[in-house]
Amino acid sequence: MKQSDFLKTVMPFKDKVFRLAKRLLVSTEEAEDATQELYFKLWKNKNKLNDYNSVEAFAMTMTKNYCFDRLKSKQASNLKLVHSNYQENGTPLHKQVELNDSVSLVHKLIERLPEQQKIIIQLRDIEEYEFEEIAEMLQINPTAVRVSLSRARKTIREQLTKQHNYGIS
Amino acid sequence: MELANIEKLLEKYLNAETSIAEEKELKNYFSQGNVAPHLKEYETLFGYFSTSKNERFTKTIQLKTKKVNWKWLSVAASIVLLVSVYTGYQKNQERKAEKIIAETQMALGMLSANLNKGTAAVAHLQQFETTKNKVFKQPK
Repeated sequence: MKQSDFLKTVMPFKDKVFRLAKRLLVSTEEAEDATQELYFKLWKNKNKLNDYNSVEAFAMTMTKNYCFDRLKSKQASNLKLVHSNYQENGTPLHKQVELNDSVSLVHKLIERLPEQQKIIIQLRDIEEYEFEEIAEMLQINPTAVRVSLSRARKTIREQLTKQHNYGIS
Repeated sequence: MELANIEKLLEKYLNAETSIAEEKELKNYFSQGNVAPHLKEYETLFGYFSTSKNERFTKTIQLKTKKVNWKWLSVAASIVLLVSVYTGYQKNQERKAEKIIAETQMALGMLSANLNKGTAAVAHLQQFETTKNKVFKQPK
């Protein structure tokens, strides 16, 4: 596989890889490093890529596994990610305040979900993959994806309604 | 889209029974701003999903950094090696030449010293000549 072919196959989903990495690793820098590392790995295995029926699904699986490894090694070395004061670069202040009010609340709610549900929400509600694709990426069956997703959505909604009502009263 | 339909879709959404197309419909409805008050919390949720999708990876991806570095490192190392071997060889040659010159000079010095001794001895021979001339008559 030549470099130009390789780039044509893998570049379209680089943002998706990045967003999934960021969902799991939280910090932008970590996610950027993970994306870089993943593409480096893909490039090294470029000759095997044709064996997979979906390179994108394969890449997402790799991203998930890589991020899990990163999280595990971090826990092992007691270097927990501190992100309570994390700020998005380049967002104007008034927008940030607005975000803190509502959108970042959703962000926090997703963050609190179990890893598997977090990934499924990311892949379905943000990246809009089909259940079959998600099942392939996570190596579980589509029904399990559906069950997890429904559970995650209900949890978020419940929390959100609670917050919403609290805000009004 | 009418409210009843949206509510039905939301119900399906929570049970994870909606299709991608139906979820897109929901996202559209909640992004157009005119949302029923009792569904306000969903506006935040779907708004978050839509904005999250806009996040981009802005750095450039490098594929061959490590490889290239190794290659250049080895090239640099071999150049250094070549240069040092070459200059070492040159230095060695110079030292050899200096040694040879010194030896030759010493040999030449010895030769000239001996030669001077020889000429001094030859000078004594002149004495014989004058004495002989005194003893024997010179043929005319």
